[in-house]
Amino acid sequence: MGTTRTTEILVGAFMAAGFLALFFLAMRVSNLSAAGDGDGYALIARFDNIGSLKVRAPVSMAGVRLGRVESIAFDEAAYQAVVTLRIDAAYDQLPTDTFANIYTAGLLGEQYVSLDPGGSPDYLGDGDQIEHTQSALVLERMIGQFLFNQAQEDSE
Amino acid sequence: MGKGVPAQFARADAQGDERLQQPGNGAGAEPLVRIRGLHFAHGGKVIFDGIDLDIQRGAVTAIMGPSGTGKTTLLKLISGQLKPNAGSIEVDGEAVHHLNRQQLCALRKRMGMLFQSGALLGDLSVFENVAFPLREHARLPESLLRRLVLMKLEAVGLRGAAALMPSQLSGGMARRVALARAVALDPMMVMYDEPFTGQDPISMGVLVQLVHQLNDAGGISSIIVSHDVPETLGIADHAYVIAEGRVMCSGTPEQVSAHADPRVRQFLDGAPDGPVHFHYPSSVPLAQDMLASGEHRGWW
Amino acid sequence: MVVTDALARLGRAGLTALAGVGRAHTLLAAIIVGLPALLPRPRLLIAQIFNIGVLSVLIIAVSGLFVGMVLGLQGYYVLNQFGAEESLGVMVAASLVRELGPVVTALLVAGRAGSALTAEIGLMKATEQLSALEMMAVDPVRRVLTPRFFGGCIAMPLLAAMFSMLGVLGGWFVGVGLLGVDDGAFWSQMQSKLDFREDVINGVIKSLVFGVVVSWIALFQGYDATPTAAGVSQATTRSVVHAALAVLGLDFILTALMFGE
Repeated sequence: MGTTRTTEILVGAFMAAGFLALFFLAMRVSNLSAAGDGDGYALIARFDNIGSLKVRAPVSMAGVRLGRVESIAFDEAAYQAVVTLRIDAAYDQLPTDTFANIYTAGLLGEQYVSLDPGGSPDYLGDGDQIEHTQSALVLERMIGQFLFNQAQEDSE
Repeated sequence: MGKGVPAQFARADAQGDERLQQPGNGAGAEPLVRIRGLHFAHGGKVIFDGIDLDIQRGAVTAIMGPSGTGKTTLLKLISGQLKPNAGSIEVDGEAVHHLNRQQLCALRKRMGMLFQSGALLGDLSVFENVAFPLREHARLPESLLRRLVLMKLEAVGLRGAAALMPSQLSGGMARRVALARAVALDPMMVMYDEPFTGQDPISMGVLVQLVHQLNDAGGISSIIVSHDVPETLGIADHAYVIAEGRVMCSGTPEQVSAHADPRVRQFLDGAPDGPVHFHYPSSVPLAQDMLASGEHRGWW
Repeated sequence: MVVTDALARLGRAGLTALAGVGRAHTLLAAIIVGLPALLPRPRLLIAQIFNIGVLSVLIIAVSGLFVGMVLGLQGYYVLNQFGAEESLGVMVAASLVRELGPVVTALLVAGRAGSALTAEIGLMKATEQLSALEMMAVDPVRRVLTPRFFGGCIAMPLLAAMFSMLGVLGGWFVGVGLLGVDDGAFWSQMQSKLDFREDVINGVIKSLVFGVVVSWIALFQGYDATPTAAGVSQATTRSVVHAALAVLGLDFILTALMFGE
């Protein structure tokens, strides 16, 4: 009977360790600890070009993560990308004239949405649209523009 | 066991399938096991070709025959682990191969079987092995279960070994523990598969005595399958000799010992050559086989 | 003549294999049907979780730790060339949680516990223990195979989670502790790139599937073994080989289904 008890204790410890490891993977390794779905509030931003922005990309202001990209849709009437941002409920004092940019983290990094605060005394609420946006920089277009300008300067 | 007076015997030649065979003793009482016209083939080889057998209640019945005649197969057929191709097997009035799983389980609880190797469960102690059928089939309070198991172990003289694991037992001890397990549920019959094979004389004596005791004191019917002639005939009330898929002869041990059929004589006396040839049958003569190129292998 | 012989052999081999697949599925059905009978007797299950899970913890823990450390080291050298050491956490964790955790754990369990299961069942068959159970009116599939099967199914995801966790910690130890990657960047990059549902849950589903497959193959090979010493040893080898191939093949299919967008 003593051995049965030892077995039971060890199996109990094994199961506990396994679930602890799963918990660790959920909370520490993956993003479950970050705000879950439905928490916080949604903002909408329209961009002419979102580059390679992906769903779940971070949304940050001053380098601090405020939320993430919830969905990306295409507006066929305006030929624009409609990006829904999910902002954590704690950050509820973004001015209405906040500016949304799509930047790239590092040279090869992923793209993210960066918010720059405006000066308006009113704050954005759930479902509001960010009016001022700047599209992602597309490298080929920049290089093309640069070469075009150079050519123009040369010809003058 | 002298080869004295040629006594009369009940010849049970299988050529006469329709002829009901009358065993020598216990006539009148319903036999515990009744086998009629049993045919069984396995892997293209005919093992039983029409066998009639009766096992009487409360008696020790021996089934003897050379190795490879399907004696163990016969036990598996009686216990419903195999199904016959034709014929009927009735145990205590129930046709074994027509029972559903539940009925078969109920019947098997009333049968014990002693396997050649003992077949103790390797991860359980001797005590737990004997307790196993009780734990599986009867909800007994632990104290009663303990007493029952110790009684069974005491009966086979191994109460002191209750805490050992099967790997620590000698072959004879393992067989005794298996016997204690086989009778744990107080079955109506016990089937012994080669109980004496590979035992030293002392273990053999102990086992012979145990089989005898169980039969006399417990009134348990016994079927012994064996090719150990003197030991088996020594304790049997009735004996069958089977070979070549048929019953060669049957009767009391005296009748069987005195049987004149050359095939029976060869088996009982252990003659190296006789009706059963020393050479395994070959399709071609030796000289031709030697000259052949020997291409039997597959190309992989 | 040779051609027809070869064709006949091929046909026979195919039919034999097909019959084996059929027997394996019948056995799986019988094993699963035995579950209701197992539930009132959790001790049988606990004993098997012990055999398959607890006894494999050591090899899983050591392997996980070292695999993670190697990933940390190799990842650092590659990422350093692009100045992207901060992504080390992502690289280590993603490869562990998505692939290496479930797959390497399944391979190790197939070698450590699966072979033992096959040998155990094969020996029980060879020593007539399974027949003896049947003669005691106990269904050997329900009594012997069902607890082992579900023990394996439960133990596998837990072992894989331990493997991944220790791997991440091993990578963290090498990357942050020895090579000087920033601790905050290591974890925050990892958290922002790994998704709970996409990565962690999919990894758990993979290891569940591997648990079913490895236990099933091991038990079938044991139950179907030729009951001789040679038969059991062949079955043990087959068990490990088939389980490893099945795990790797299934991993490709599962990965394509889960992560292919």
